Amino acid sequence: MDIKDLLALKEKELAARKPICIRCCTAAGCLSSRGEAVKERLERAVYDAGLGDQVEVRGVGCLRLCCQGPLVQVDPENLLYEKVTPEEAGSIVDALNGEKVMLSRVDPDNPFFTKQQSIVLANSGVVDPNRIESYVAADGYQALHQALHEMTPKLVVEEMLTSGLRGRGGAGYPTGLKWATVQKAAGAKKYVICNADEGDPGAFMDRSVLESDPHSVLEGMAIGAYAVGADQGYIYVRAEYPLAIARLQTAINQARRLGLMGSAIFESPFHFNVDLRIGAGAFVCGEETALMASVEGKRGTPRPRPPFPAESGLWNCPTLINNVETFANVAAILRRGGAWFAGIGTERSKGTKVFALAGKIKNTGLIEVPMGTPLRVIVEEMGGGAPDGALIKAVQTGGPSGGCIPAEHLDTPVDYDSLNKLGSIMGSGGMIVMDDSTRMVDVARFFMEFCMDESCGKCIPCRAGTVQIHDLLAKVLAGMATARDLVQLEELCDLVKNTSLCGLGQTAPNPVLSTLRFFRREYEELLLPDPFAVRPTVPEGQVSVEIR
Amino acid sequence: MAVRTLTIDNKQVSAEEGTTILGAAREAGISIPTLCHLDGIYDVGACRMCLVELAGSPRLLPACTTIVAEGMDVRTQSDRLRRYRRMILELLFAERNHVCSACVSNGHCELQTMAYTQGMDHVRFTYQSPLLDVDLTHVSFGMDPNRCILCTRCVRVCWHIEGAGTKNVSGRGTHARIISDLNQAWGASETCSACGKCIQACPTGALFRRGVTAGEMERDRTRLEFLVNAREKKQWNV
Repeated sequence: MDIKDLLALKEKELAARKPICIRCCTAAGCLSSRGEAVKERLERAVYDAGLGDQVEVRGVGCLRLCCQGPLVQVDPENLLYEKVTPEEAGSIVDALNGEKVMLSRVDPDNPFFTKQQSIVLANSGVVDPNRIESYVAADGYQALHQALHEMTPKLVVEEMLTSGLRGRGGAGYPTGLKWATVQKAAGAKKYVICNADEGDPGAFMDRSVLESDPHSVLEGMAIGAYAVGADQGYIYVRAEYPLAIARLQTAINQARRLGLMGSAIFESPFHFNVDLRIGAGAFVCGEETALMASVEGKRGTPRPRPPFPAESGLWNCPTLINNVETFANVAAILRRGGAWFAGIGTERSKGTKVFALAGKIKNTGLIEVPMGTPLRVIVEEMGGGAPDGALIKAVQTGGPSGGCIPAEHLDTPVDYDSLNKLGSIMGSGGMIVMDDSTRMVDVARFFMEFCMDESCGKCIPCRAGTVQIHDLLAKVLAGMATARDLVQLEELCDLVKNTSLCGLGQTAPNPVLSTLRFFRREYEELLLPDPFAVRPTVPEGQVSVEIR
Repeated sequence: MAVRTLTIDNKQVSAEEGTTILGAAREAGISIPTLCHLDGIYDVGACRMCLVELAGSPRLLPACTTIVAEGMDVRTQSDRLRRYRRMILELLFAERNHVCSACVSNGHCELQTMAYTQGMDHVRFTYQSPLLDVDLTHVSFGMDPNRCILCTRCVRVCWHIEGAGTKNVSGRGTHARIISDLNQAWGASETCSACGKCIQACPTGALFRRGVTAGEMERDRTRLEFLVNAREKKQWNV
């Protein structure tokens, strides 16, 4: 395949389009509420009405407002129907003929939609994730051609540096810098890995991207492989995402069939293959060194860094490892230029970020907003606030590695540095809203239980420390703890944070530390009076005798 | 061979390129506490006892896996490090059933010695007191997971010195256990060559020769180092 064939494919696909398009969400959220049956009924209704040459029923990826699914969008009228049941699906087709229907619709001027800016999700809800032609019609794989034929690997990396894109997996390491390091690393064999082991409770951004637009991730990986000189890629995706796995495998097969993956891509000397590796349910395998051990077929436990994967990764070869959303940004950056991307967002956090908005909030779903958008805009305007008029108490970002941001800090702009300052992290994009019925100690205990269960057991502070922290939190909740337990809790958090081997342990105390910082009173209200309140302090180095 | 010069505890030290901080420190007579490290096998950086402070680095680094670099300024002792080491030991003692008086390794135990030398005189954390079965199915050896600290020395010697691959880790977090083969009785293991290297490697009383009683289990670590030196460096003198 060359560029002429690609453009011909695009033209053919566009020419086959029908005047009216009914887009049905077929991502996991809507499918779980009978979205598949809705699509089938629509197809039948179109056929029965004899509108086969006028109307296209297209299964698409996520249409964002997951809480109102199944969602059906009708173009060009721009009508978005919500909570469509298979029984009433036929009336959407009746409406095309001017009949009055009683279906409930979403207001397209809702800030939930108007405040979004789509780069990663540009194709989500538009292209059919099961058809590569649909992605090609949306200018897909043109960026890969551009990279292979108009740019040197060095230029690609420079474009990434210009864009200012930072890793979307959570830590926010500059992507261009990582690419440059792998590019410069010596080694005949290099690998590219896409980390799709999304495991934070309440987070579903990467799943949605994979289910809605798998080719954008594949294209990003191919561009990355060209830039660093790799010829083999792996996508490590968790087994709990069967639909994402199926769509990725379809996408890989289609790309191979069209010659967009494999040998001599776009008739250049570049060859690149991608294989899937399925995670077996360990959260720690989202940590990059544990992930690579798992790909190698070993027990998924982290190892100390350095050496970093860029220098010595998969099978000791230089390895480029990025998150799903990071790769999904790449093609757009090449197509429109790094400078364009750098023009979006804040000074130190460029571009947009996808969030999975969940918890005690009216509009639950997937959003993509420019970096620097205040939390208040996301929670109150886009999310519509807490249901039933409850007051929002805190917003949790970053899952078990993040923290709770109290309502008084809702005006914080969402960017890497501002969230860090508040003791939370950007994380991969889970955003859980809590109302005033939530007990913060309970939240801390929940996340600590998660970390305790998911600790791999390799290093002692994380393996045994999380157990002790969890027990102390349970003791506080049971009303059995004293002020001394709170001191011990903080000591343990400090130990686990500073001495654990990998990111899981180093960030595990964050939910406790951030709730202690902003909601300390809630802990203190649960404490028993301390029977040993006045105690002489023992200077460091001297032996103290504990009386039990 | 390129040489790197660095400072460890205000002492000028030179070390061969590629040496770890731990290696360089020991060569210079500076002791750093360790539990999962064992001469002769590769390091995993799991026990976190050897964490050191490095000037200019906000993070603590494990001395056993950090390679020396020119001009490093390392501190192996500070109030903070001593506190962390004591707490790690407390966590270990609280995690399983380390009852020294009834242990085969009493008096020859690295965990016990470490507690003495690091000044861990009491445990403030809740004892977990798990119920763990002792495996006495092997004809020569026994395994008592109640004494195990999951340093994985036995796993490493089994795979990388003996090459049998009998010992493994199963489960995760607090449910992690050292197992034989696919979590079978040790005596039923078809891969175990009964070489006894794991017995020599164990820092506590978790692995022992059958027939020993409290305080009788002494180990000879130098055997493992001797084997590795003989194989890799062709040095046969002890």
